[in-house]
Amino acid sequence: MPMTAKDIEDMIRTAIPDAEVEIRDLAGDGDHYAAKVVSPSFAGMNRVRQHQLVYKALGGRMGGELHALQLETAVPNGESK
Amino acid sequence: MSEAKERIDALVQGNDVVLFMKGSALFPQCGFSSRAVAILDHLEVPYETVDVLQDQEIRQSIKEYSDWPTIPQLYVKGEFVGGSDIMMEMFESGELQQLLKAEA
Repeated sequence: MPMTAKDIEDMIRTAIPDAEVEIRDLAGDGDHYAAKVVSPSFAGMNRVRQHQLVYKALGGRMGGELHALQLETAVPNGESK
Repeated sequence: MSEAKERIDALVQGNDVVLFMKGSALFPQCGFSSRAVAILDHLEVPYETVDVLQDQEIRQSIKEYSDWPTIPQLYVKGEFVGGSDIMMEMFESGELQQLLKAEA
């Protein structure tokens, strides 16, 4: 089953409640998404740790039923690093 | 460590810049891998590639090795740097150039 943008957003928000999540369906096919996730929880983490936190929120779907998710993470009003 | 993880470790430790990808540098088989190759080519740094489509054990094990669910994956001097999104961000900010220059 392909995931909807809302599924992705809900899963990220559930795992990272203070996150601002913005999802775009890149190709309009329900299979290629871009996500921007901004959360104070990312503070002090490098990009790899930030992305790993989002991937964990998606509970193993990344790379499986969720094929393509371009991910951008950031701390509010700060650099993503 | 499993046999596949030992092979990955040898590749990561034995090459300054190594990209695990789908397909080859000449013929990438996925848009994200293609983007990763384009960035490295643009920076004109020597790099090795490992085609995970040719090796199912590595394809599975690399995800556990780095705790990272997707391909491509870039390693510089034994350290996991990230996937194509992180490569693009670091390229745009100039960090990737700095990192790779430091290795040259």
